[in-house]
Amino acid sequence: MTRRFYSVARGVAWRSVHNTFANPAIILPSIIFPLFFLAAFAGGLSSISDVPNFDYKPGYTAFQFAFVLLQSSAFGGVFTGFAVARDFDSGFARRLLLCAPQRSGIIAGYAAGALVRWFVTGAIVTVAALLAGMSVEGDGVELVGLFGLGVLVNIVAALWACGVAMFLRTEQAGALIQMPVFIVLFLAPVFVPLRLLSGWIHAVARYNPATVALEAARGLIAGSPVKLALAFALLLGGAAIMSLWARRGLASAERAG
Amino acid sequence: MNSRSCAIEVEQLVREFRKGPRAVDGIDLAVSPGEIYGFLGPNGAGKSTTVLTLTTLLPPTSGRASVGGYDIVRDGAHVRASIGAALQEAALDAILTGREHLTLQATLQGMPKAERARRAQELLERVGLTEAADRRVGGYSGGMKRRLDLALALVHRPRILFLDEPTTGLDLQSRSALWEEVARLAHDEGMTVFLTTQYLEEADALADRVGIIDHGKIVAEGTPTQLKEEIGSPTVEVVPADPTLGETLVEQLTRFGTLARNGGGAVTVQLPGGESQLAEIVRALDQAHLKVASLQLHQTSLDDVFLAKTGRKLEGAGEDEDER
Amino acid sequence: MSVSAAASNGVPALVQPSLVDQVGAVARRSVTRTFRQRGLLVFPLVFPLLLFAINGSALGAARKINGFPDVSYRDFALAIPFIQGALFVAVSAGTDLARDIESGFFNRLALTPLRGSALLAGQLGGAVVVACVQSLVYLAVGIASGVGIASGFGGALVLLALSILIAFGFAGLGALLALRFGSGEAVQGFFPLLFVTIFLSSSNLPRNLIKADWFREVATYNPVSYLIEGVRSLIITGWDGEALALGFGFALLLCVITLSLAGASMKNRLVRT
Repeated sequence: MTRRFYSVARGVAWRSVHNTFANPAIILPSIIFPLFFLAAFAGGLSSISDVPNFDYKPGYTAFQFAFVLLQSSAFGGVFTGFAVARDFDSGFARRLLLCAPQRSGIIAGYAAGALVRWFVTGAIVTVAALLAGMSVEGDGVELVGLFGLGVLVNIVAALWACGVAMFLRTEQAGALIQMPVFIVLFLAPVFVPLRLLSGWIHAVARYNPATVALEAARGLIAGSPVKLALAFALLLGGAAIMSLWARRGLASAERAG
Repeated sequence: MNSRSCAIEVEQLVREFRKGPRAVDGIDLAVSPGEIYGFLGPNGAGKSTTVLTLTTLLPPTSGRASVGGYDIVRDGAHVRASIGAALQEAALDAILTGREHLTLQATLQGMPKAERARRAQELLERVGLTEAADRRVGGYSGGMKRRLDLALALVHRPRILFLDEPTTGLDLQSRSALWEEVARLAHDEGMTVFLTTQYLEEADALADRVGIIDHGKIVAEGTPTQLKEEIGSPTVEVVPADPTLGETLVEQLTRFGTLARNGGGAVTVQLPGGESQLAEIVRALDQAHLKVASLQLHQTSLDDVFLAKTGRKLEGAGEDEDER
Repeated sequence: MSVSAAASNGVPALVQPSLVDQVGAVARRSVTRTFRQRGLLVFPLVFPLLLFAINGSALGAARKINGFPDVSYRDFALAIPFIQGALFVAVSAGTDLARDIESGFFNRLALTPLRGSALLAGQLGGAVVVACVQSLVYLAVGIASGVGIASGFGGALVLLALSILIAFGFAGLGALLALRFGSGEAVQGFFPLLFVTIFLSSSNLPRNLIKADWFREVATYNPVSYLIEGVRSLIITGWDGEALALGFGFALLLCVITLSLAGASMKNRLVRT
């Protein structure tokens, strides 16, 4: 990675972070939605913990917190894709492409901006869950691992979103950016553990990589890590694939001029 | 002009926005039936606000106006029945076709069902949109949209037409075509046209009379010729090849007319005899062995009228107009 | 069409098109616009059904909670798409109207004899047509996926009527937001808030089985709970007079409130002398 790469990435990341926090209409939904999901799922569905064989020790709030944390991370990446698409629609992306000496730094910058946004969101969601009485049985290292999962989910989602946005170069790409992420997340064991799912959703969730990340996250909160190596491997692999995807998107945008 | 013979009559019209400036600041004007009245001014002058007020879409703060013989405040419905308007934005529905627009407009204007399709076809032919009639407006060019806009304004056969910057953003060909149609409407069909524009050549080419508005006030009014003659005669601007000979050049040129400007390396003199003096000037400079870098004759334009009245050039003047 | 008394001096009489003509023209435009933008129709159909498919399966274990009605979770969950669909109708109706205001098309309409009430009714009429299509699709998909309608064929018709009434009320809300703020972005900005009201209700569990006291309180005071329960009662219970009365009652109240406010906002927005 050259100095030019870092300077481009830093510039794009700064702008992304500045625009996000300077505009309440952008930052507030990314904070409010996860809080709302936490309240709605942990609050409204807490009776699920009474289902026979639901034996997650930290309780239903922690069970849902894991999902909400990863969901906020994923959607933080998705929102960055919206911003990229907006930049193409407004013509600002062309300005970036013209002046950036190392264009792959642009992707890194957007992804870095997404990460900074998620650090804030993730912190707020975590504090909210703790205030709501969430019990955490993992130790410090495990919690670092939990947030490490969040970081990787955010990077994967941001690179996916950047790629789509750069291929399509229009705000209309929003639905295409968002829906696959939404579907992947919700086809995981969101409301009950995997073994309590039945029917087609159990079959799908079994092979869904998001399930591995979610179960790993829940295990870390419970202080009994499960599938950790697999989760990190899948996410690192996903990040590698998505960075190629984003790079292809950038090349498509370069060709379009 | 008395109100019976006026298509549009405006008396001390004011439109003030809440916590904002007076966009229209006490204007008086009168437009005869069948006349094309050009309302010329820079962005933010108050042109569109005047149009919105006269078309009953904005109530005036004070003053009075009548359009088609109806008071714009008391008889709004009658005013709207008498006028057609193509406002600053073409305001079309990109999803509907041209024909659907016209049919919708005809229905909303209360045209009998049997007549709607016929009237739509007639107008499509008139504005040259028959081939594109059943295509969605989203795919129309800017010129086509403006033509459709004009057709929509004419659906109910109004006597008075308001056009708010109708050719902004159009290419030369589309602009000329629109000018032709507007001129035909006025001269052949006797329609009164109130046209706002920021383009000098548009006002020059189309308008029977021009009102120049700046900061909400009318600063000049008359036919284009009258306004230009009022300001004065053409000027000649000369730049000497040798800048040190400026004073000599002034001496030579002021034999033919009064000095208008001397600065920026150029000497400008007003020519009371008009462009016919140009040949003499060239001969005189030649005899004095004064070489020139450039020599330009400027006919007075409406821009010069605006400059004389306001101290600013029309082109490039004005901020963005906040209409609402 | 009516013609007012002709003015003197041979001035043309004022032509006032009939209310039916005006409403019809506006409604026709509204429906045409929707059906020509497939994305606007497909997404509100697909998204609620997708959630129904996912949640219907993912929350299947919920029926093992003591006190849960003796039906599959899918039967329990079918009511939700009707309410979500109504939300989409609200946003779509509001965004359409807001776009007309932003683009200046509203001014074009204002220059015709079109009455404000006709414009509102026409826009909402278009929204109702879309709501009909949506409701039929949700019902058909639900039945095809094995959901039984406990109240039978008659109940299915009542269900459609209730869901359309709910959609009408929400469409009024969309129109109110559009007229009040004049911006499509503002209308869309309210969408998440409206979505929240669905979650903070008895959408996922019966109210008596919600463990968290605060959530149960919110759901009890949330009118959306009664809309959902009204629709749901026709699917899983049969003919539950109380649930239907509350469902229709709140739906009518929603209509009355939103339409009155939208009418008042229309008067302010359609400023003409």
